[in-house]
Amino acid sequence: MKQHDSAAGIEILAGFTTALTTGAIRIIDLTQTLGPDFPSIVMPPEMGQSRAFRMEEISHYDERGGGWYWNNLSFGEHTGTHFDAPIHWVSGRDLPNSSTDTIPVNDLIAPAVVIDCSKESADDADFLLRVDFIKAWEAKHGKIPPRCWVLMRTDWSKKTDPAAYQNYDEVGQHTPGPDPDAVRFLLNERDVLGFGTETIGTDAGQAAHFLPPYPCHYYLHGAGRYGLQCLTNLDQLPPTGSSLIAPPLKILKGSGSPLRVLALVPSNLAGVARP
Amino acid sequence: MSDTIKRPKRKNPILRTRAPTLPPERRSRIALGLVRGAALGRLELQRCAECGAIQYPPREACVRCLSQELEWTVMSGEGELVSETTLRHSQELFFRERMPWRLGLVRLAEGVSLVVHLDARCGPAPSAVKVEAALDRAGQAVLVARPAGRDTTLADEPKLRDMTSDPRFRKVLVTDAKSPVGQAVVRAVLEASADLVWAGHCEPWKNPPGWAAIAELPKTTLVPLDVTDTKSVNELAAELGFKVDIVINTAEHHRTFGLFGRAGVETARAEMETNCFGLLRLAQAFGPIMQARGADGDSSAIAWVNLLSIYALSNFPQHATYSASMAAALSVSQALRAEMRHAGIRVINMFPGPIDDEWNQLLLPPKLAPSAVARAIVGSLKGSVEDVYPGDIAQDWLARFRDNPKALERELGR
Repeated sequence: MKQHDSAAGIEILAGFTTALTTGAIRIIDLTQTLGPDFPSIVMPPEMGQSRAFRMEEISHYDERGGGWYWNNLSFGEHTGTHFDAPIHWVSGRDLPNSSTDTIPVNDLIAPAVVIDCSKESADDADFLLRVDFIKAWEAKHGKIPPRCWVLMRTDWSKKTDPAAYQNYDEVGQHTPGPDPDAVRFLLNERDVLGFGTETIGTDAGQAAHFLPPYPCHYYLHGAGRYGLQCLTNLDQLPPTGSSLIAPPLKILKGSGSPLRVLALVPSNLAGVARP
Repeated sequence: MSDTIKRPKRKNPILRTRAPTLPPERRSRIALGLVRGAALGRLELQRCAECGAIQYPPREACVRCLSQELEWTVMSGEGELVSETTLRHSQELFFRERMPWRLGLVRLAEGVSLVVHLDARCGPAPSAVKVEAALDRAGQAVLVARPAGRDTTLADEPKLRDMTSDPRFRKVLVTDAKSPVGQAVVRAVLEASADLVWAGHCEPWKNPPGWAAIAELPKTTLVPLDVTDTKSVNELAAELGFKVDIVINTAEHHRTFGLFGRAGVETARAEMETNCFGLLRLAQAFGPIMQARGADGDSSAIAWVNLLSIYALSNFPQHATYSASMAAALSVSQALRAEMRHAGIRVINMFPGPIDDEWNQLLLPPKLAPSAVARAIVGSLKGSVEDVYPGDIAQDWLARFRDNPKALERELGR
């Protein structure tokens, strides 16, 4: 397609909205409901803490405001299904356009591939996505294109028991994630736009002990790329062929933001709706 | 434990739940001097600083020399029952519900005569008695005589039991049962023969030492409760608030920063969210429901305990924001006490010194074991007090605070 071909643009957009109406393109919500019962990130207690989601009524058609219902909200930037901006990590601190208010809007709609690690994660909560696993996936589904979201499907979002979702024992959290080599490979060899997970972080539960610690945060954000976590419904996405709409709130100097993540999927590729 | 108190029968649901009545509660400002000691479980009477006379009832001046230099002084409580009478009629609704009522005249060892509520176990006059100051259901100080030299408790006397908040046969909510103190409180309350304990817990993914064993205790039900979350508090109150007889609010957030020790307000805010607003949320959700059950038979709603801190009295600058949150919580608890008093429900505030937990790691002993805090809580329920300062540090601070609050402020700021 020729760039700046306005006629083509009109036609494509009209075709797209028609496809949404006819159902040729399905919208799948990858977002967990933002509420106080969804697990929040755990830090050692002496450190600064991210506030859990809290909602206080301003009025509820009552003496506090007769005709209307509304709430005040409070929560950390990294609460629920959320977006990590590059400035979140020390490795991305000096990058230009790295906070939620300045990241390029063109990055907020992008294609996605889904690497299914659900079986491996069910067998091993500490499962690490490694380079050979990615290459095996590529052998089946093709090379990961540049500037593309890589989503790690683990079915972790199906753990509705918060204790099982967090999966702590006395040495910390046990949740799957990428190993440092895989992150370097995705970034250096595949030029990915970002990495998304169903767990509470883009890194594995034990990633504090990796070299470097939290490699997904360290390398991706250091390269100006993004993270998505606490995603759900990844089991409804095809390995390739979907696109994400994932714009964080435009928070001044924000390091991240809860957001609504929508996947656009050709209906012939979409999975069945979850019960 | 005496078996004079039987397990109450279940409530007859076709009868109207009684509305709480209170004993007469009007007092002059001078007479309120009695409650100062009674709140702590001390019998204090006026002693003339000039002539040494001790007098009762409280007055503006010494009855012997007219001096106004009167000091509230702790009494031995030892005395002799001189005479007694049994009241069979009263114009007061509270006593009409409880007739007949036994009263006595006691000659105290210090030489003053007192009118007292008389324990049924006291022998006929003359007999040796022990007088103590108690709080009645209106929260006012009254004098009670029990038999001397015998191991008796108010909670075992069917009529005077009202002056206690005995957890026996009662249903108790422990708001944070996961903390070391919370775990100890669950055990202590069960030992005191509570009917059942609802053990509140939040952040179910955290499994601290000892917690698994709490879940295994008999008569204990784990309930989700996060006092920082209005939805959580309201949901629990809706589910079981109408069954709760005693709330023991053990939820606290303690960080150990001076004012400049941690930049920003987030840590201070977290302390306020739990220690102050958490109490406020609990009060709004559970208070009105409990008020409606202030006279619900022998196992009515009866008490509310707040785990505050000695730092609520005066700021300990090494734990500056925590102290501030506890001072705010103390203020909320005073408002709660005023509200709950109308229903005869007692609000007890605990002011422990440093507890031997992870946040006081760097403080030197003496520190209070969590089990000691729990014992003090249960002791306060079985007794008749509303302000409790358990342990040597708390007692020392209280004495210094009462003597000269400004001096304590300076001393703590050193």
